[in-house]
Amino acid sequence: MKKDIILKAENISKQYRLGQVGTGTLSHDVNRWWHKIRGKQNPYLKIGETNDRSTKGNSDYVWALQDINFEVERGEVLGIIGKNGAGKSTLLKILSKVTAPTTGSIKSRGRIASLLEVGTGFNGEMTGRENIFLNGAILGMTKKEISSKLDEIIEFSGCERYIDTPVKRYSSGMTVRLAFAVAAFLEPEILVIDEVLAVGDAEFQKKAIGKMQDISREGSRTVLFVSHNMAAVKSLCTRGIVLEHGNIVFAGETEDAIEEYLNFDNDVSSKKKYNKSDAPSSEIIRLLETEVISESFENKSDYFISESVGIRIKFEILIATDDLVLGLNLYNNEEVHILSSHQKDQNLNYDVGIYQTIVWFPNNFLSEGIHFCGVAAMSYKGIFTVHFHDVNKFCFNIIDEISIDTARGMKYKGKLPGIVRPILNWDDIVCL
Amino acid sequence: MNDNNTPNDWLFEITPKNKFFSLNLKEVWQYRDLLLLFVKRDVITVYKQTVLGPLWYLIQPLFTSVTFTIIFNNVAGIDTGTVPPFLFNLAGITVWNYFTACLTGTSDTFKANAAIFGKVYFPRIITPLSVVISNLVKFGIQFLIFIGFYIFYYFQGANLGLNGLILFFPILIIIMGLLGLGLGMLISAMVTKYRDFSHLIGFGIQLLMYLSAVMYPMSLIKDKLPGYGWLVEYNPLAYIIETARYMLLDVGEVSFLGLSYTLTVTIAVFFIGLLVFNKTEKSFIDTV
Repeated sequence: MKKDIILKAENISKQYRLGQVGTGTLSHDVNRWWHKIRGKQNPYLKIGETNDRSTKGNSDYVWALQDINFEVERGEVLGIIGKNGAGKSTLLKILSKVTAPTTGSIKSRGRIASLLEVGTGFNGEMTGRENIFLNGAILGMTKKEISSKLDEIIEFSGCERYIDTPVKRYSSGMTVRLAFAVAAFLEPEILVIDEVLAVGDAEFQKKAIGKMQDISREGSRTVLFVSHNMAAVKSLCTRGIVLEHGNIVFAGETEDAIEEYLNFDNDVSSKKKYNKSDAPSSEIIRLLETEVISESFENKSDYFISESVGIRIKFEILIATDDLVLGLNLYNNEEVHILSSHQKDQNLNYDVGIYQTIVWFPNNFLSEGIHFCGVAAMSYKGIFTVHFHDVNKFCFNIIDEISIDTARGMKYKGKLPGIVRPILNWDDIVCL
Repeated sequence: MNDNNTPNDWLFEITPKNKFFSLNLKEVWQYRDLLLLFVKRDVITVYKQTVLGPLWYLIQPLFTSVTFTIIFNNVAGIDTGTVPPFLFNLAGITVWNYFTACLTGTSDTFKANAAIFGKVYFPRIITPLSVVISNLVKFGIQFLIFIGFYIFYYFQGANLGLNGLILFFPILIIIMGLLGLGLGMLISAMVTKYRDFSHLIGFGIQLLMYLSAVMYPMSLIKDKLPGYGWLVEYNPLAYIIETARYMLLDVGEVSFLGLSYTLTVTIAVFFIGLLVFNKTEKSFIDTV
């Protein structure tokens, strides 16, 4: 059967100039123009490096995207995942025609509408109703289309009472609800969404996710979805592509893509082996291996919220010592430092040799999402010395589940915020 | 599966560059509702939460005309013939105001709308077009006040005459709008990269006014400054203002050579502006 391709990207690349644009570009512009009138290629297209923000480059030009090729079939929900700066947003900007690619082309058989940010073009002086029309028109709807859906939009937003009040009097939550409501009733063939779900209160989140699921389940709508929320990607997408430093490193099943995303990078993965040359070390200790393991001592990167997570640390003692303590820091994917832990008050005598220890995070303790760990070693009997600290973090992913064994329970399906999610005891209710 | 699924039935294609010249009228037509809503927004939000509201549209030209009358006619003694100096100035200023409003309004299109342009696509030309159209509303209101004074002076017994060419007045205004739009688009494209132009535009417009025969008849500059008369003669705006006054007040002269020159310049500026604007809209978000 022939595939029904609705969108096709061919060799998309995007180059950006680093540093201050505007000053010093005049000479480049003149040079570029001079090459152009002589029929030569743009001299600045040749230089440029892959976009790795953490390493220092020699060139002022970087490729935010390089030779991106993919096809999307009609009715598919494609998840686009990758670390910050992998080029996801640039790709979406190109898809939604906000900026043009440096090379390559995108061909489409359908209207593309993008939800890069809700509430684009809201005018505070105008009423909610007027803004629905304005915002809808900006997103590409005609007045007729909006009029026919006006009642539904107002009802979905839950702002009925304020609909003829200027938007500047709205609370920020209400503005967002109204904006999302307009966007949710867009009906293009291809919808581009960039993490707009993280808005509003729990009730509205549930409504929004439900709406997104309806849209994708209908099957007629093609959706490109960019998110860091692996749970959302998992539940919404039919296929995934993983971007890294502006290149597609994986395209395939959603589950595999997520797995790939969590493991693709040697810098951050659930297992890490060190060479003698680059291992974090001092004259006393050298780190050999860190790995995230399950209760059955197997290395993996995804854990349900009801599973315990173990961190195995393998290290080598180079000089016998009785003054060495290992520590561990845990961060979530918003870089919040959740906790730090160390071997407390133990009298340890190490001979020269190789050792290993495992530290366990209890089940039903961490919240959903990606967590980063860093290992540290220090001495504090004599002078406080840090041998190494948080070098090259590794990570694991906690997956939310709807289960009787979790803090969520069976009935509530909305968002549960917070950086940890232990099960707390709720005493029986007493009538006073 | 699909019979029409040949490799060439793409609805549209996103490429690094626009075709050399593409004014996608079909697309602009699809977004006509947005154009109207932008115009509506511009008109109703300007004077929200003001006491005088749209009266502000009238106060500015009236006070400027009074000032000009005192300075240029009473003090400097510029002769406006049989026409009352106030009405002479009001005519010039009303027409001139439309041009400046179009030019300043469109010249910061990209900079002022960077936030919205960076999030969502619609034909960018909609924004400057809406500025030109919403200023037409403002111009209409200001023109009404001119008519009011015209009738007032008429009954005061001033020697006023309409010219038959008044029928072409709307065309003159359209030419002016296009010139402002073209120039504005050109400048807006350049402002995205070199902010110098936004500094230039402020006082540039003021200087231009003195070269555009707003407060004096064109013949005057030829008499008094024959060496510099060409500065005004090469200014297409001067012909528009002079002709507008000729139509409305039957003073001065109308030069058909000058008008065809103006029309040529307008068309050229408009298309160059459009070209540069189209080229810029594709990736200005990276440089703005």
